[in-house]
Amino acid sequence: MALSQDQVLAGLAEIVNEETGIDTDSVKMDKSFTNDLDIDSISMMTIVVNAEEKFGVKIPDEEVANLLTVADAVNFITAAQD
Amino acid sequence: MSQKIVVTGLGATSPLGGDVHSTWQALLQGKSGIRTLDYEWVARHELPVTFAGTAKVPASEVLTLQETKRLDPSSQFALIAAREAWADANITDFVPERLAVEFATGIGGVWTLLDAYDTLNAKGPRRVLPMTVPMLMPNGPAAAIGMDIAARGGVRTAVSACASGTEAIANAITRLRSGEIDIVVAGGCEAAIHPLPMAAFASMHALSKRNDEPEKASRPYDINRDGFVMGEGAGALVLETEEHALARGAKIYAELAGGYVTSDAHHITAPDPEGTAAARAVIGALKMANAEPKDVGHINAHATSTPVGDIAEYTALLRVFGDDLKNIPLSATKSSTGHLLGGAGAIEAIFTVLALHEKTAPPTINIFDRDPVIDLDVVTEPRPLGDNVLAISNSFGFGGHNAVIAFRSYN
Repeated sequence: MALSQDQVLAGLAEIVNEETGIDTDSVKMDKSFTNDLDIDSISMMTIVVNAEEKFGVKIPDEEVANLLTVADAVNFITAAQD
Repeated sequence: MSQKIVVTGLGATSPLGGDVHSTWQALLQGKSGIRTLDYEWVARHELPVTFAGTAKVPASEVLTLQETKRLDPSSQFALIAAREAWADANITDFVPERLAVEFATGIGGVWTLLDAYDTLNAKGPRRVLPMTVPMLMPNGPAAAIGMDIAARGGVRTAVSACASGTEAIANAITRLRSGEIDIVVAGGCEAAIHPLPMAAFASMHALSKRNDEPEKASRPYDINRDGFVMGEGAGALVLETEEHALARGAKIYAELAGGYVTSDAHHITAPDPEGTAAARAVIGALKMANAEPKDVGHINAHATSTPVGDIAEYTALLRVFGDDLKNIPLSATKSSTGHLLGGAGAIEAIFTVLALHEKTAPPTINIFDRDPVIDLDVVTEPRPLGDNVLAISNSFGFGGHNAVIAFRSYN
């Protein structure tokens, strides 16, 4: 069964926390990965790999550049589940 | 007169303890850090050797979750030891461009490499984590330390198998005597208690197979020694020019008086039975210390507990010290710690420094039946040392590497 947006957000926040130490509460929909959360490209790629594993989705490399905010990633993953 | 180099900070995590104090106390008490492994992979692979010297305090109990996820276990041990040494040295003011790191490993990030290969096989290339390369590279531990303390004077990694840790400390001397560097954090680490290295070392009959008595397996100079015992952990020393240390009123443990490296060019794994190059390493270290063999008052031997290796080292020492050898208190501390490979020279350097500073040679355990051909004054109970002692610590590694460092009491 597909996860809701809130469930994807919560799961993504856990992945971000494990990789970077950023508090899960700080991983909000409107936050930018680079500008607000200060996540570098290698951490971003790690988050992508772990998200693919956790949510059973494929996030193509060309798509990663479009995932600027947490909302971008949550929306992509939620849609990709189907 | 060249600048003196002094030791102003110590850090360790080892099979005996999670820091220098607990490790040293356990060593003095004659404890063994060797135990039966309770990992599921030991039975799954039916490993012929089922014990090792695992770190007494797991790195995950000390570091943050993020550090343990982004660092190979070897780098985790390195960072723990280096942070303790750095805090111990209590350096509050330094020039980052004049601070360097010389930190060794024998094998590098073997856990990361093999885990990633398992992931590749099981799940394909997209699941291989982006941090895999920086985690597995052998300079990973040195780089992690360099970033942690802001060392911008150069970060280097000696890789010479079981001589690596001692070679890294010897390399620090050159940096400090160049006049360009004030402080070096030096040492070595290893985290290779993994089924593949265990199987590979066992395959070459290098490991003790005393599975029913793990605490008694590492027994240098015993007639029934049957191989070395794997250990893991790290040791770190803060080394400074004497001028820099005195200017900031530092506590000084000992002087690092010399270090020298030679190579056998004899056989890829077997030591040269004549011990010629190993002896030259001892003499080279003493020469740098402006000393002669008769000045040496304590030896921390390499003594891994292999039948051939212990004899080869003895032969090399006889070449240097002759009849005087049997009067020099000698400690073989791998009997307690096991063999930390690239970390061995570093923790043994710490033991040598503490032997001088605490004026006590640490004991060698597990000698039940002395090998009659080895005529040494092996310390088996903590033994008082004098106020003014010159000591050497030896390390030898596969590849024919010989590394020796010399420390002197600092009063």
